[in-house]
Amino acid sequence: MFGKLTLDAIPLHEPILVVTGSVVVLGGLALLAAISYFGKWRYLWDEWLTSVDHKRIGVMYIILAVIMLLRGFADAIMMRSQLALSYGDSTGYLPPEHYDQVFTAHGVIMIFFMAMPFIVGLMNFVVPLQIGARDVAFPYLNSLSFWLTAAGAVLINISLFIGMFARVGWLAYPPLSGLEFSPDVGMDYYLWALNIAGLGTLLAGVNFIVTILKMRAPGMELMRMPIFTWASLCTNILIVISFPVLTATLGMLTLDRYLDMHFFTNEAGGNAMLYVNLIWTWGHPEVYILILPVFGVFSEVIATFSGKPLFGYKSMVYATAAITVMSFLVWVHHFFTMGAGGDVNAFFGITTMLISIPTGVKLFNWLFTMYRGRIRFETPMLWSLAFMVTFTIGGMTGVLLAVPPADFVLHNSLFLVAHFHNVIIGGVLFGCFAGYTYWFPKVFGFKLDETLGRWSVVLWVTGFTLAFAPLYVLGLMGMTRRLSHYDVAAWHPWLIAAACGAAIIAVGIAVQIAQLYVSIRKRAVLADVTGDPWNGRTLEWATASPPPFYNFAVTPVVEGRDEFWIMKRKGWTRKLEDGLQPIHMPRNTGTGVIIGALSVVFGFAMVWHIWWLAIFMAVAMVAASIIHSYDTNRDYFVPTDEVERIEGEQIAQAA
Amino acid sequence: MGMSGIFTKLIKQTSSIGASAPRSWRLLPLAATLFLAGCDGMSVMNPAGQIGVEERWIILIATCLMLIVVVPVIGMVFFFAWKYRETNTEAPYAPEWSHSNRIEAVIWLVPCLIIAALAVVTWISSHELDPYKPIASDQPPLQVDVVSLDWKWLFIYPDFGVASVNELAIPENVPVKFHLTSGSVMNSFFIPRLGGQIYTMAGMETQLSLVANETGTFGGISANYSGNGFSHMNFKAHSLTRQGFEAWIEKAKSSSNALNLTAYAELAKPSEDHAVVYYASVAPNLFDSILHKLFVSDGYACLPPDSSLRTAAKEQ
Repeated sequence: MFGKLTLDAIPLHEPILVVTGSVVVLGGLALLAAISYFGKWRYLWDEWLTSVDHKRIGVMYIILAVIMLLRGFADAIMMRSQLALSYGDSTGYLPPEHYDQVFTAHGVIMIFFMAMPFIVGLMNFVVPLQIGARDVAFPYLNSLSFWLTAAGAVLINISLFIGMFARVGWLAYPPLSGLEFSPDVGMDYYLWALNIAGLGTLLAGVNFIVTILKMRAPGMELMRMPIFTWASLCTNILIVISFPVLTATLGMLTLDRYLDMHFFTNEAGGNAMLYVNLIWTWGHPEVYILILPVFGVFSEVIATFSGKPLFGYKSMVYATAAITVMSFLVWVHHFFTMGAGGDVNAFFGITTMLISIPTGVKLFNWLFTMYRGRIRFETPMLWSLAFMVTFTIGGMTGVLLAVPPADFVLHNSLFLVAHFHNVIIGGVLFGCFAGYTYWFPKVFGFKLDETLGRWSVVLWVTGFTLAFAPLYVLGLMGMTRRLSHYDVAAWHPWLIAAACGAAIIAVGIAVQIAQLYVSIRKRAVLADVTGDPWNGRTLEWATASPPPFYNFAVTPVVEGRDEFWIMKRKGWTRKLEDGLQPIHMPRNTGTGVIIGALSVVFGFAMVWHIWWLAIFMAVAMVAASIIHSYDTNRDYFVPTDEVERIEGEQIAQAA
Repeated sequence: MGMSGIFTKLIKQTSSIGASAPRSWRLLPLAATLFLAGCDGMSVMNPAGQIGVEERWIILIATCLMLIVVVPVIGMVFFFAWKYRETNTEAPYAPEWSHSNRIEAVIWLVPCLIIAALAVVTWISSHELDPYKPIASDQPPLQVDVVSLDWKWLFIYPDFGVASVNELAIPENVPVKFHLTSGSVMNSFFIPRLGGQIYTMAGMETQLSLVANETGTFGGISANYSGNGFSHMNFKAHSLTRQGFEAWIEKAKSSSNALNLTAYAELAKPSEDHAVVYYASVAPNLFDSILHKLFVSDGYACLPPDSSLRTAAKEQ
């Protein structure tokens, strides 16, 4: 009846999990009670859960990312404190079976459920506004993409309290991830969470390519698109090419585990290296899926806060496009140490280094954007400056790892761990934070508190440096990753230093939470009534903050790059536009959230081999899609007088 | 001798820098060593063999090449941020300026030149330091077959008919040719002070050439996560004098253990923090049998019934 699921699956013997579980359950109940008490269910359902508005979906993506950031960071704190303690006779407080789940969950969560939702959320909110569109090309698909991603995140968090998570490292190399060596449900949670979320990401990729190519405002030629939109286009091309590879690879591993096939085992002609090649064929482009959009964020922020157009726009576009293509030609650098010969290793080492050329050009472009500017050091710009320094160092260590003989001694070491955190925290995360502070007033109509924002930058940069510089040193001292215990005395002080760094980051995160709270309290003071709080350059600043649900009352006609800057130079003021027409908008639908919920139950049933439930859920998901496709009442027109009323209110507010 | 021959010679010469280079050049690895050596016998910045020395040298060359561009970039970030701050109204402001062919030429050219230089270093060193390549020496190489198991290391000495668990002994200044495979999941065989690592993978054989140029005891480790007992999957690598190595072989030979198929099946069962064991004898072709999974016992699949290897396995 319940497959492999028994009461033993609930880890009542793990005090850490019992406490966390109780807090989550109580917190969840309190939240549900509060929603009921304030009578907000209707509002939640109508305005958020069923929304197909790209701005609402963008916000929900970022809320998901922030929640998962906290979860992933809790894992990080556990790892750093364990390693500060578990030297010599002390074994620390995490036994290997727990520690190994923690580092696997940390990697999976931070990449798939923190960084990805954060950048997809930013793209969702910003791209349609930047190109003068009313929504994305496929609004329902957008809602479905989000709910599938959220479903994956829910599954991963269920694994914390029912059963266990995988103990295989974030990319789950077989044979360790195969049935023989990981017979437990942890690996199955991994597979279903990523299969479901990966599908959501792929659909989002399709949606954004079509949106950017087909829905730009008249006059916005490709070479007039804001750089963030360009970066989003390239990223989504990467998603559409690479995510099917991930789905196929994990699909084969699923077949290995469920139907006793042998794609990646040594029996019956399977080969584990096939998996390693395939997963990195996806995995390396994935790195650029994360970093390209934040390059776009930095380009917008640095130009805005320098009061100048981006230097070398064309160089930037070509550099981004070059990285897009080249990211598919480097995957072998993740396993130089698997015995490919000198020719193969040298080839992939050199292709890897070639990517640093367009990346270096980008850095110079940002530098020369600052050159002869009038730089304002507000929080988004501070994140950008912090990025430029840390990312340069991270890029340098990355190129070093691309030299095969250097990689032979640094592969799988803490030097490698330091390198990718250097580019993912110093690049992706700082970029997400820059974007969050930059576009926050556009989303909610008020700025974030500046003082606390600056403190969070200082704390993050200090904590990050203290947490990861020691890991570079430890890597050179021969310490490899994923150890839960060690006997080498010389490593101990460096690991204590790294733990202190993590603690400082924790303070930085606390300050960010405080910043959000304080800013909401002070929202009247921090209000942005102009719609253009930073003296922006691109179209998203031409609408009100927050933008009306239809984005633009009249679709703008674009005359050049930095269109809003051009408009302002021509003496633009916020006024009721002439020629208002009824606006065609998509209707909300609950199908996305329903299919998302069904997919959670489906994934759970597959994990625990509850076949009847899995079949039932699969049929229900297909049925929901079919029912939705027969629903012809999907769109409506906003009458002119309503547009006039909304616009009038906003103009009155701005005046 | 073509271009690559000349570069090869260049790399050879520069990488033996510890012995023959001018004093100022010698300081670079020395500084790195002082900073990172520790006293723990693990640091890759304190190599004890030729391969490790050359790999450290590659790290240093590549780092210095990149610093040529990295240091100015970081300097420019701070300098531009300071000079063009909003409050500095003295500084020129060019609110519409966004293009300069000259600057763009330079910013594409400089990274290209650095990467071109690095690419040359990469191409040559990838071939020179290919782990499969035998180390040139007047001594014949010692062969050691390595099997990673859950969670310990098995070392087989085919030339001497002995084996050991979690302890490796090699003679000083003699090149060692490792042939490696895994009896279980993937691991990576790594002795940081001797040089690079190589993966061990079931059903596949990898090779690694290393040499120790001094005597001593070096830490060995699995660099690739392999499950529960991974953190304790360490071993000691002893680099011994010729006599010391012969004595070690004798010690193994005088052990009462024999590594026959039964003993191997027992050893292959998962265990953590395994004690050092010596075996006086080893079943013939044990390494190849593990490599080709010829066992028919628990946990191992069979080859197809018509396989000639299978017949060979039965005859054993």
